[in-house]
This record gives sequence, structure tokens and C-alpha cells, in this order.
Amino acid sequence: MEIYDILFWVLSAVAVSCALGVILSRNPVNSVMFLILTFFAISGHYILMNVQFLAIVNVIVYAGAIMVLFLFVIMLMNLNADVEPQKGQLVQLAGVISGGILFLVILAGIKSAKPEIMDKASTDIGLISNLGKVLFTKYVLPFEISSVLFLSAMIGAIVIGKKEETKDPDAKAERVN
Amino acid sequence: MLLLQIDTALIIEKALLIITILLGSLGIAMYATWGERKVAAIMQDRIGPNRAGPFGLFQPLADGMKLFFKEEIIPDGSTRFIFILGPCLAMLTATMTSAVIPWAPDFVTPGGHVFSFQVADINIGILFVFGVVSLGVYGVMLGGWASNNKFSLLSSIRAASQAISYELAMGISLIALLMMTGSLSLREIVAQQHGFWSDGYFTWNFFKQPLGFIIFLTCSFAELNRAPFDLPECESELNMGYHQEYSSMKLGFYLFSEYINLFVSSVILSTLFFGGYNFPFMDQVAGMVHPLLFSLICVMVLLTKAVMIILFVMAVRWTLPRFRYDQLMKLGWKSLIPLALFNMLVTGAVILWTMKK
Repeated sequence: MEIYDILFWVLSAVAVSCALGVILSRNPVNSVMFLILTFFAISGHYILMNVQFLAIVNVIVYAGAIMVLFLFVIMLMNLNADVEPQKGQLVQLAGVISGGILFLVILAGIKSAKPEIMDKASTDIGLISNLGKVLFTKYVLPFEISSVLFLSAMIGAIVIGKKEETKDPDAKAERVN
Repeated sequence: MLLLQIDTALIIEKALLIITILLGSLGIAMYATWGERKVAAIMQDRIGPNRAGPFGLFQPLADGMKLFFKEEIIPDGSTRFIFILGPCLAMLTATMTSAVIPWAPDFVTPGGHVFSFQVADINIGILFVFGVVSLGVYGVMLGGWASNNKFSLLSSIRAASQAISYELAMGISLIALLMMTGSLSLREIVAQQHGFWSDGYFTWNFFKQPLGFIIFLTCSFAELNRAPFDLPECESELNMGYHQEYSSMKLGFYLFSEYINLFVSSVILSTLFFGGYNFPFMDQVAGMVHPLLFSLICVMVLLTKAVMIILFVMAVRWTLPRFRYDQLMKLGWKSLIPLALFNMLVTGAVILWTMKK
């Protein structure tokens, strides 16, 4: 076995077992930490494919920023295994059905995808200069549209998070007094 | 090209380099604690540590020994595993960043073997630094949460939101620099700042990106949790901060990792903006001395620049009062980010203008 294969199998084992840890552990903080480890394993896969930029962006954005916010929410709400409310039968059933449907979609997607075998020795497409060139020439429209999507999500978050302003001037005056 | 070949000589060479850098940064961080007290003493017209050894030089050793011999307490209400993991993560992320710093130009032995003074030359060097910095907040957050103490939790939440807010401005200010250098590799960025003067202008990025430098410096103060942005450790509001429940060497790890971070970030600041290991008339010096001696001179130049920045950071700590939390957020989101965006736009326009000619 080459060292490439060894690394691939080790990383895959780590990724799968950590992903299982995310859904199996009772404590939400442990789940978050397993998810961070999963992201690291996926970044390792990216590095094996010589896609260094995606690997490090995965770490910065997902492990470094989004998971910090997850942790934030869990810490502030103080979610623990003991205080977790038990879900009713109906909710459990709904969860199983919707999860199963998602699984079906993913399975169908994987089955219909044409497997492309990557040539390990000659993949320079992931290096940042090549990636940037493709992103700003061939795929510039989807790239820009996705940035608009992010902007709208941001504005939506601000609108939801904003305090409700009272229209009634009397109520405002009362609050000041 | 993906090359994964194991080369024993290379591994030994890199291992030696890693050990040297690790010990060096630990040593410098140790004496940064001594330096901090001396700077504070000088600025406040005191004497500072002077009991242990000449000029109090053994003070850091005495402190370390004290921390090692203290009783170790793990609070009953804490989450034990995460409580221990916190300081370990803080230390790990602090020492990881130095892997991509080029300490000196390549040294070529008479046999033609190239010895690189950089642990890993990856083409996304500066992004690696950002990745590690963004992970650094986990040590503080997990430690503060696992302590099961309200003040620790408040402090760790402050630290996390501060770090995330200032990372944005830091990244944007750096984009302007990267547009000029056209590379993310720290090795390439340093090589472009060769010497001090060429083509009728300074080569160092500080002279090309003064506004970017100021934004970057301010953000690194916030990332380091240094005064005037040391809100996670604000004694008057939070007793002590996220490490309130920690004792013995776990506390030591937290305090120590901050000084390692201080050293590494000073090195990165001098690498990005002050030419790294470059110095004026380096070509003339290179012609006169032995190549190995030249490499050592380069390392010393880089360290001198880093020490100057550390001294500056310390002087700022004893000069400026602490910000209020809302002031900190306002400065980050409403001043620094728009300023960084403006800087980026101007840089882009100038680059376009000069390309047209």
C-alpha cells in the first residue's frame, strides 16, 4: 500500500466515526466537537487531492466560524442531555420519514453521478490561482448570484433579530417616562 | 504535482527545525513575561522584578516552578474532559502558527543541498495562519464553558465574539496587501520585499499599505486579547476572566499561550509588513560573510523586528485605558471594516490604474 492509500483510509475512518459521534452522543457540546473533527478529516481529504485552498477555507469558515456560533448558542441556552425534552411519537415518526426521504435523494444523486477517477499525480485544478481563474471566468454568474443569496440571508437575519418597534407614539412616550 | 515520498534525511532536518522553533518561541514567550513587568515598571517609575538573579532574570523560571508546584483543582461542577482540553487547545493553536514563517533565506551547502529555514512552504501560507487563529478561540470558549462558572462563561463569550468580529476586518485589510503581492505564500511575500529600496521606492509593504498596517495591527491587538481590548480578562467586571477556575499549570498554559501568540503575531506582522528577514544593504552583507553566518544574521534581524513590535504592544498596554464592550464592537464593525473596505477599493483602483499605463 502506498502512503496515499494509508492516509485515505485513516482519514475516511476518522470522518465516518466522527460523523457517527455527532448523531450518537447525548451531550450537544460533544456533538459539536465531533462535527469539528469531521470537518478536519474532510479538509485532510481535500489536501490529499491537492486542493489546499478549499481545505483551509473549510477549516476557517466551518470549523473556525460557523461551529463557534453553534457552540455559542448551545452554551447560552445551556442545553444538556438531562434537560432535553423527550419528543413525542408523532415527531419521531415525522423525523424518520423526512430523514429517509433526504437519504433517498442523496442515494439517487450518488447512483446517477458518473464516477470520475481522479488522476492523483496531475491535479493542479485546486490550487488557488487556477480555482480563482475558473471562478471568475467560467462560473462568474453562479458565483455572483450566490453572493446575492448571502446578502439576502444577512438582511433577513437582521430583520428577524431587530427589536419590534412600537408604532403607537403613546406607548413610546410611556416607556420613556 | 502531489508528492508523498518519505525521505528520512528531510524528516530529521524538519524535526530539528521544528524543535528549535518551538524551544525558541517558548523561551522568548518566557522572557516576554519578564519584559512585560520591566516595561510596566519603567513606565510607572518602579524597579520591577529584581530579586531572582541579576535584573530579576530568573523570575520567569521561578514563576513556572511556582505554577508547577501549586495544587491542581478541578471543580466538581465542571465538565472534566473539556476542562482539561481547553488549555491544551490554547497551547496547541499558539504553537502551530509558526510552521509557515520563513525565518531566513535558503541556505545552500557546498554540496548543493538546500536547507530551508521554513518548516512548510505551502502556497496558502497566510490562510493557514488565519485558519489556526480562528481555531484559537476554541481553547478559551471550551475552557470558559467547562468551568461551570458564570463569569468564565461571560468572558469566553466575549472572547469569541471579539475574535470573530475582528477577524473580518483583519482579513479584509490583508486582501489589499495580497492584491499587491499576488501570492498567499509567506515565502513569496517576503521575497518580494527584498532589501529596503528598489525602483525609487521602499520595498517593504508597510510603506505601500500604511492604512492596511494600522487596521491589521489594531485587529491583532483584539485577537491577542491585549489591552486596550482585553475585555475577556476585564477584572473589574468579570473577576478574572475565562481562566478563573483554573489553577496550577493549566492556568500557566493559558497565560503562557497568550505570550506565545504575542510573539508569533509579532513575527507575522514583521513578515507581512516590515520585510521579514530583509534588511537594508543585505546583498552587500551577503557577499562579505559566510552563507551560514548570513542566514543567522537574517534570523536575528527578524527576531529584532519582532521584539520591537512586542515592546510596542507592551507600551500600548500601559498607555491606553480599556475600551467598553459596546465601544469595542462599534470600533470593529462600524469603523475598521468600512475603513478596510475603502483601503481595498483604493488599492484595487491604483493597481488597475498602474496596469493601464
